[in-house]
Amino acid sequence: MIRDQEFLKDIASYCIENSKKLGATDVGIKVIHSVSENVSFRNKKLDESNRADSFAVNLTTYIEKKKSSINSSDLSKSNLEKLIERCIDATKITPSDENNSLPDKDLMSKEIRDLNLYDETHYPNDKKIEFLKKVEETASTDEKIVNTEAGFTENKNNFILANSNGFLGGYKTSNFSSSCVAVSRINGAMERDYEFGSTRFLQDMMKPEEIGKIAANKAIKKLGPKKIKSEKIGVIFDKRISKGILSTLASAISASAIARGTSFLKDQINSEVFPNSINIIDDPKIEKGLGSQNFDSEGVETNSLKLVENGILKNYLIDTYYGKKLNLKSNGRSGGTTNLYFENGDLSFKDLLNLEKKFLYITETIGHGGNIITGDYSVGASGFMVEDGELTYPVSEITIAGNFKEMFKNITLANDLEMKYSTNAPTLLINQMTVAGK
Amino acid sequence: MSNFFKETDIDTSQAEAIVTETLKNCDDGELYLENHKSESIVLDDNKIKSSTYNSDQGYGFRAVTGEVVAYSHSNDISKESLRKSSDNLKDTLKSKKGTYNHEIPKTNSKYYENINPIESKTFDSKIDLLKSVNNYLRSKGSIVNQVTANFLGEHKSIEIIRSDNQILKDDRPLVRFNVSVVLEKDGKKETGVYGVGGRQSYDDYLKDESWKDVCDEAFRIANVNLESKPAPAGEMKVVLGPGWPAILIHEAIGHGLEGDFNRKKTSAFHNLMGQQVASEGVTIVDDGTLHQRRGSLTIDDEGTPTENTVLIENGILKNYMQDRLNARLMGTKSTGSGRRESYKHVVLPRMRNTMMLSGKYSQDEMISSVDKGIFAVSFGGGQVDITSGKFVFNCTEAYEIYNGKIGSPIKGATLIGDGPSILKEVSLVGNDMKLDPGIGTCGKAGQGVPVGVAQPSILINKMTVGGTKL
Repeated sequence: MIRDQEFLKDIASYCIENSKKLGATDVGIKVIHSVSENVSFRNKKLDESNRADSFAVNLTTYIEKKKSSINSSDLSKSNLEKLIERCIDATKITPSDENNSLPDKDLMSKEIRDLNLYDETHYPNDKKIEFLKKVEETASTDEKIVNTEAGFTENKNNFILANSNGFLGGYKTSNFSSSCVAVSRINGAMERDYEFGSTRFLQDMMKPEEIGKIAANKAIKKLGPKKIKSEKIGVIFDKRISKGILSTLASAISASAIARGTSFLKDQINSEVFPNSINIIDDPKIEKGLGSQNFDSEGVETNSLKLVENGILKNYLIDTYYGKKLNLKSNGRSGGTTNLYFENGDLSFKDLLNLEKKFLYITETIGHGGNIITGDYSVGASGFMVEDGELTYPVSEITIAGNFKEMFKNITLANDLEMKYSTNAPTLLINQMTVAGK
Repeated sequence: MSNFFKETDIDTSQAEAIVTETLKNCDDGELYLENHKSESIVLDDNKIKSSTYNSDQGYGFRAVTGEVVAYSHSNDISKESLRKSSDNLKDTLKSKKGTYNHEIPKTNSKYYENINPIESKTFDSKIDLLKSVNNYLRSKGSIVNQVTANFLGEHKSIEIIRSDNQILKDDRPLVRFNVSVVLEKDGKKETGVYGVGGRQSYDDYLKDESWKDVCDEAFRIANVNLESKPAPAGEMKVVLGPGWPAILIHEAIGHGLEGDFNRKKTSAFHNLMGQQVASEGVTIVDDGTLHQRRGSLTIDDEGTPTENTVLIENGILKNYMQDRLNARLMGTKSTGSGRRESYKHVVLPRMRNTMMLSGKYSQDEMISSVDKGIFAVSFGGGQVDITSGKFVFNCTEAYEIYNGKIGSPIKGATLIGDGPSILKEVSLVGNDMKLDPGIGTCGKAGQGVPVGVAQPSILINKMTVGGTKL
């Protein structure tokens, strides 16, 4: 199955030694092995089985302040030898950049904690098939469901990250995920919805009946949508999409966007960006967390960070290169956020829906309509009208638009946070967005 | 003879034997081998930000019977690895019995040369050109806040070994050159992006200082956006410019006409074959045979020669795009649309170069007929929900139209519509069909493949514009 640490370490050392022999002054390397098995079902029949066995080497060589990289999937020493030579040749003629360097030695991760990220259980394909049969049986009980698709994926990974300053670390991780997509139909018109679960440990996976039932119910509820009139209205983001607000924040406070001057939050550090009730945390050390890590993609120690405290922006996401540009030390965020979440708000889901007589409740957005430079936001959306606290009818073929700077300041959070993804948010309300419809 | 077994413990005939043995009770399948070299060189913030070379090689072994696909891939091309994959495929399909379809059309056509763009231009000259781009754009004044430019080049060699010891081969060059510029004026920042590319060498797109045209276009778009006002919100008339805005066609109807969604009856188009789905003047094709275009292929990733497939003719739905699996299950032939991102991915029916053909109207006629609406010249990305048919795309350059005249530029906004009905709202089709500049990548089921689009200017009677101004 998955190759052990010794095998990966051997390749890492080989690459570092050979790069140094050819003139590299510094070297960084990652060696990865992953095995993935996927089974998918459609309308209660086996549709596809897929097995993947992949290696990858990512090597970066430095000659003083010059830098170049190669990636390869072929771990044979003859291939690596050729590629290292090519990498060194390119490094020699790449212009130097004073910010190019390995991370400071004193920032490197010193010990690897067992964060419970690896479950060695193998779930054979026969078991996956049994699981998927149950998913689809529950998903297709209602006659309005005309199509179901379900899948189960098991992933096992092992990696080594090393550099020529003596850092060497790595560990195994696993992931089990299952999904169901249901298509509903009434009067010739169809709607599609889904449910999805992803865990580090097999035993924590949602029950198959639950996955199927949720997907089917969601697809049925969406049938017969109306297009509403264009208006300004409070918009509630379902938990499946409210986490997108945090992803936008993460892009806007990455050291690269700040250093390049291409973020709508440039110069906003220590300023009020959200209402003062809001706290945003990025915690890499959550046991079994989907975004958990011992160190970042450069080997720098990562610890929990309060990105936003009482509405005030407290930290950027900093790697070595852009940190140097900003005169800031890396905070272990090369590669981005880890387990990112809003702390819960005060209101229950029900109370949030009752704050006003009428809201638009969005369950899905489509398109990539966010602009990190200007903060302008405009995406396609579908969901439900909320009247007197109740979801009354489905809505589709509309857009919602605003500007993130304004949207951030008008957020109210519910208290229903769940740790289902690596980025998580409770249901949230944004007061006054422009909805375009009829 | 295959080129993939030279430094391995297995030879071509042994591999062929494993393929034949594995697929003997299957309807279809093949061993797909791929060698992929690519490079990316990025200039950003006045520096060469990164230079990366990727070398990837592997196989994807596929067995198909009935509706079931068994797939196993690895980057270890060896006897043991192929045997393990073979066992895995046979185990999945153990209860099924099929009859192998040996028929696969042949072609002598070639739509691009076998060149390796990475090696055909020196590393030094690429770095020099990126620096020239930076200097050229920054010389336009202190308004220029940020410049990013990059080269993306690749060479992919594929081989398809079928059960009858047939080996089909293709070598595919692909390049892209992109420029992005951020301008700042009076505290306001806006971006302009432009790029060119296709299946030739870099210099075919950049010679005679034509790289300056790419820079000028990115600069022009950013400059227009600096003057932009909030976009309107609501339903109105929309004039689309020629070329790249055809991603509307790609999203609104292209995906809905892919064979898999129609075989599974999850596409909003699945019961509309032979029916009127567009206004009478509308003809749409998906063409894999255009010379050196980004979406073109000599053979698809199952070995079928590509063709020019008519999807909609004078408003009537004529064909879906098919790979071998979906064609077989729907009782028709592959249209050479079976594509995969790499050996790590299963084949799906995909678009190549999707084009709406010219009509007879001028763009001026369209604009002068609009009392209130918008004129959209360029777009970023788009997306579609093929089941409900709803699709979106984002304007990156657009203007208001008032009383038949083009007015102020407007901020980027999302446009949303309904696939099966949007083409019935096309009231005028222009006489100015244009191909896109060669920059498109289409995503489906987590797989990205290069595609092209083309269209003339068109007037759409009614679409929802997702601005902020009511």
